[in-house]
Amino acid sequence: MFRFIAGKVFQTLFVLFLVSVASFTLLKLAPGDPIEIALGNEYSEEAHQDMLAELGLDRPVVEQYVTWLADFVRGDWGTSYTARADIFTYAFVEALPVTLTLAVFALGLAILIGVPLGVLSAVKKDTLWDAGSAAFALTGTAFPSFFLGIVLIWVFGVKFAMFPVMGFVAPWEDFWGGLYHMVLPAFTLSTYFMAMIVRLTRANLVEALESPYIAAARARGEPGWRVVWVHGVRNILMPLVTIIGLQLGVLLQGAVLTETVFSLPGAGQMITNAVLNREYGIVQAGIMMTATLFVLVNLAVDLAYPILDPRLRPSR
Amino acid sequence: MTLLDGATPAPATVPPVRRRRRLTMFVRRPFFTLALLVAAGFVVSAAFAPVFAPWDPTYQDIGAMMAPPATAGHLLGTDSYGQDILSRILFGARYALGIGLGAVAIGALGGLVLGMAAGLAGGRTEWVLMRIVDSILALPSLILAVAFIAILGQGVDKVIYAVGVALIGPFARTVRADVMQVRAQLFVEAAGLMGLAWLTVVWRHILPNVVYPLAVQVTIRISEAILVSSSLSFLGIGVTPPTPDWGLMISEGRAFVSFAPWMAGMPGAALAILLIALSIVGDGIREEFDPKMQRGGS
Repeated sequence: MFRFIAGKVFQTLFVLFLVSVASFTLLKLAPGDPIEIALGNEYSEEAHQDMLAELGLDRPVVEQYVTWLADFVRGDWGTSYTARADIFTYAFVEALPVTLTLAVFALGLAILIGVPLGVLSAVKKDTLWDAGSAAFALTGTAFPSFFLGIVLIWVFGVKFAMFPVMGFVAPWEDFWGGLYHMVLPAFTLSTYFMAMIVRLTRANLVEALESPYIAAARARGEPGWRVVWVHGVRNILMPLVTIIGLQLGVLLQGAVLTETVFSLPGAGQMITNAVLNREYGIVQAGIMMTATLFVLVNLAVDLAYPILDPRLRPSR
Repeated sequence: MTLLDGATPAPATVPPVRRRRRLTMFVRRPFFTLALLVAAGFVVSAAFAPVFAPWDPTYQDIGAMMAPPATAGHLLGTDSYGQDILSRILFGARYALGIGLGAVAIGALGGLVLGMAAGLAGGRTEWVLMRIVDSILALPSLILAVAFIAILGQGVDKVIYAVGVALIGPFARTVRADVMQVRAQLFVEAAGLMGLAWLTVVWRHILPNVVYPLAVQVTIRISEAILVSSSLSFLGIGVTPPTPDWGLMISEGRAFVSFAPWMAGMPGAALAILLIALSIVGDGIREEFDPKMQRGGS
């Protein structure tokens, strides 16, 4: 067991190392001379040398990498020259909370609607209900989310004027206001997940409902809802949790698009604006942040497997 | 066609003749057939866009800016520059399908090389190669493509490269899994014992068994490639205006959604219909042809 955990952790660290090398290379490969960016077009040879030394570009590449990584781990991510702010503060204090709020609301909505719909479709297998939610599941996974967002803006923002279509209100400052502003973005982001959860819930529950323990529960005369929700659903939670964990990356990339549609100042907007403004330091920070988050969640899912399901524990 | 009984499934144990199965598949899966026809329609309109399109896709009709759909001469209306939306959608199909196919080709080829190398090398090399694949997979494909765009810059060819490289990860992983599985089969061992050169074994016996499932993967991933590339354009960092790209058109229409909703609606509908059709086609092909679902006992 210890060897298994150590192996996984080592693998994850190695992947993070590769990602950090790649992000570092990104900054090196990025078009544009960093000295020209800092000094403008005209500068003396002396200033050039000074800047070279100041940025540490006169040292060997490996040393530059180590310095960069050490700074990065310590939270010294440099300064953004367009936002005129410390990148670490910008990314972690301003942008990331917006993205996480959006992601949490979207995931919550997806689970709250997706699971019951999947259960309904499994219980009423091969009926119109089932066909309807199958159609929804298919459309939901294939429909481009950014276009869905615009459709929602048009219907609920323009035609009926029910919900605000842009801006972010922090739910920890004004919960209902935040919720109100999150309705359309969260729904936009959640459809893909909702559809996926419907599909998974249905597929797993149909199988689970044929198990002997379900027949036993029915034979004991337990009410139908109890058989389905307590005996059935509890047994399909594992695959559901796993897939949701592994698909976190999709949630993050969906958030990038949703933020652009609804003009939310989150991490996705931060990265896209940085690409447009050629601020490679921010692109780099955003990529490291996303990758680290994603890799750590994967590690957590991997490690949680054997804890949740004894059958998956390595025998050696 | 009418003589074929769609309700009789082929017996699972006896592999039926390939040709007959293909025929029956269209009958057994009406939605698949319909989706295939829709997708084919997009291919045709992409191929014959200059024939079908009433206007040049970048011609700006100053007299008819933001004309609503069904305006004379502009069936689907015009955008804020007075460009004909129908023509732009038809030409946009070229970009969507071209970028999608190009990117998937790069991803599949890269994945094939990386996956084969990892699966055949084994040991430490395999471990390192798979960690490289892991680090590609550590980023969602869109974010990875954004990173590549940051280096490469914008443009149609750059989008193809960026999306293609972003797709290498998943392809490499499936190829490697297939190589591992095929390598353990008896016919590979037999070929080796017969004294065939190692490269011959790889080329004649392993590669064919890997390429087939890879082709199935390709059909499934095309829609992802199209979605990611149009997402890049929507974010404003993919192809550059005035290219008639759907993602770009939707992005331009976003600002005018309150008084010219067709500007985003028309290309959005085209994109959504294509993606839904492709995903139905992909699902159908996977269920029918995925060797993993048929290998079963062997």
